[in-house]
Amino acid sequence: MSSDDVNKGRRRFLVATTTVVGGIGVGFAAVPFIKSWMPSARAQAIGVPVEVNVAKLKAGQLLKVQWRGQTIGVLHRTDAMVAGLSKTDDSLSDPESLKAEQPEYIHGEPRALKPEFLVLNMHCTHLGCIPQMIPEVGPQPFDENWNGGFYCPCHKSKFDLSGRVYKGVPAPNNLRIPPYSFLDEHTLIIGVSPKGAV
Amino acid sequence: MAKKASNVSSRASALLNWFDDRLPVTAFWNNVMTGYMAPKNFNFWYYMGSLALLVLVIQIFSGILLAMHYKPSALEAFASVEYIMRDVDWGWLIRYMHTTGASFFFILIYLHMFRSLLYGSHKAPRELLWVFGMFIYVALMAEAFLGYILPWGQMSYWGAQVIINLFGAIPKIGEPLTQWIRGDYFISDATLNRFFALHVIAVPLALLGLVLLHLVALRENGSNNPDGIEIKKNKDADGKPLDGIPFHPYYTVKDIFGVGMFLILFCFVLFLWPEAGGLFLEHDNFIPADPLVTPQHIKPVWYFTPFYAILKAVPDKLLGVLTMGASVAILFFLPWLDRSPVKSIRYKGLWYKVLLTLFTIAFIRLGLLGMAEGTPAQTIEMRVWTLVYFMFFVLLFFMSPRGKTKPEPDRVTH
Repeated sequence: MSSDDVNKGRRRFLVATTTVVGGIGVGFAAVPFIKSWMPSARAQAIGVPVEVNVAKLKAGQLLKVQWRGQTIGVLHRTDAMVAGLSKTDDSLSDPESLKAEQPEYIHGEPRALKPEFLVLNMHCTHLGCIPQMIPEVGPQPFDENWNGGFYCPCHKSKFDLSGRVYKGVPAPNNLRIPPYSFLDEHTLIIGVSPKGAV
Repeated sequence: MAKKASNVSSRASALLNWFDDRLPVTAFWNNVMTGYMAPKNFNFWYYMGSLALLVLVIQIFSGILLAMHYKPSALEAFASVEYIMRDVDWGWLIRYMHTTGASFFFILIYLHMFRSLLYGSHKAPRELLWVFGMFIYVALMAEAFLGYILPWGQMSYWGAQVIINLFGAIPKIGEPLTQWIRGDYFISDATLNRFFALHVIAVPLALLGLVLLHLVALRENGSNNPDGIEIKKNKDADGKPLDGIPFHPYYTVKDIFGVGMFLILFCFVLFLWPEAGGLFLEHDNFIPADPLVTPQHIKPVWYFTPFYAILKAVPDKLLGVLTMGASVAILFFLPWLDRSPVKSIRYKGLWYKVLLTLFTIAFIRLGLLGMAEGTPAQTIEMRVWTLVYFMFFVLLFFMSPRGKTKPEPDRVTH
């Protein structure tokens, strides 16, 4: 067969269609392998609500529990802590928590169902480290006018005692608040919203 | 006696002939070793490549032995590393070889890259050589990060937490992407297990392929040299470069000397100072991973700290991640940013010496600041040096075509 007889248009068409069909095939064939990296059924199943008894939690103490692999902090705030919250409003980037990830039934400065009990997802909204609680009011190496709050050792983000983020730090948002409710006066359940609330 | 000896040698050459008819053994040797003409004016900076290759071999060798005792499970990983250190015969030696090798790999690669900045080895016709080198560097960073999670200490855990969450900064797909990487809603057994697979198989395979491409691209145009001039311009009657000498035996002997000196230094650290004061092995990593507590002072291993400082310098999550990514990505474009008519710093004007000095200081200062606690004053300093880091590339692009140069010599100087 001489090369003059070659129908180049048909060859190009065949090459193009084979490439397209083959490419689509490779795309579909890749799905199982990519999906195999997603959290497995077992990982998804470990997500049950966690009960926390706060009867013995003294004022000023922070209790950390795990829920869905996340560290959740329960802070028993003193009256002075709650009263001092409004002092820092000017240096916060979202004092009203408008952008924050929190349930509908959480609002205002205390960001809690009962102002004395703050329930927080402790992971920094920047890169997921766990900020340390530094409740003392007074100058700190990282802030001369420290009003008490949380300080992230990883990238120096600062939060107040309601988990609200300061301006000018890497963390973009206030600390998250998980859904929770009170089973009775001293028992919290993390992962379940109060009855009737969304 | 003499007859016997020649008999043996003729048998040996017959055997070689038998192989040569089936596999191009001699041709290959001539092509890449004895027949490969390298510039005769190599200096100290030209040790780094062959030494990096040596460390790659050390890492693969010690890594295979470690994998025989290590358990990639969240429950057993930390204990299995301690088991290697305490109970396995010579296990401590093999592990310290691997950890010391990791840090030395980066020392060598950084010096190797700096050599290119000095002598313009990335410039035409060696752009691809540089780009493959950059891919090796990125693969090496991935390999180091994946390996760092395996001991399952506090720094392993929280370092991985930070690095994986960097991907979470991408709008919309960020959160599902981090879940896909972790295989869970937090860093868990699933994460450790897949990182182990990537660390021992996937990335090393890619690394070997890239090293092969790097070497093939190197042999294609031959090495650059401290004068940054092409030795192929001046050839003798046989077509051999006048300023070239056969790679073997001249540079194999030089490199073997380099290997000797390097191993003295390597063994000093390996036997006497394997933690390097917390630089090569961080103190917090001797504490088992605890998802409830972040270590007070978290920082990556030293070779990542310059980029970590750039991340910390930017007070915005997405912008910080993008800036850090850009600080690595911009290096890929170096061959096209450096538009100077000459390659070597020897014939570039004062402007380049000033730029390169500032860049080097910026890189080292960022590295130190990346390890530091982070006072507000340090944050400002990080921002200044981050700016200097990026300005190096911007100024290089605009100044290199106009900047003063000295006339290049015809032949290499030494």
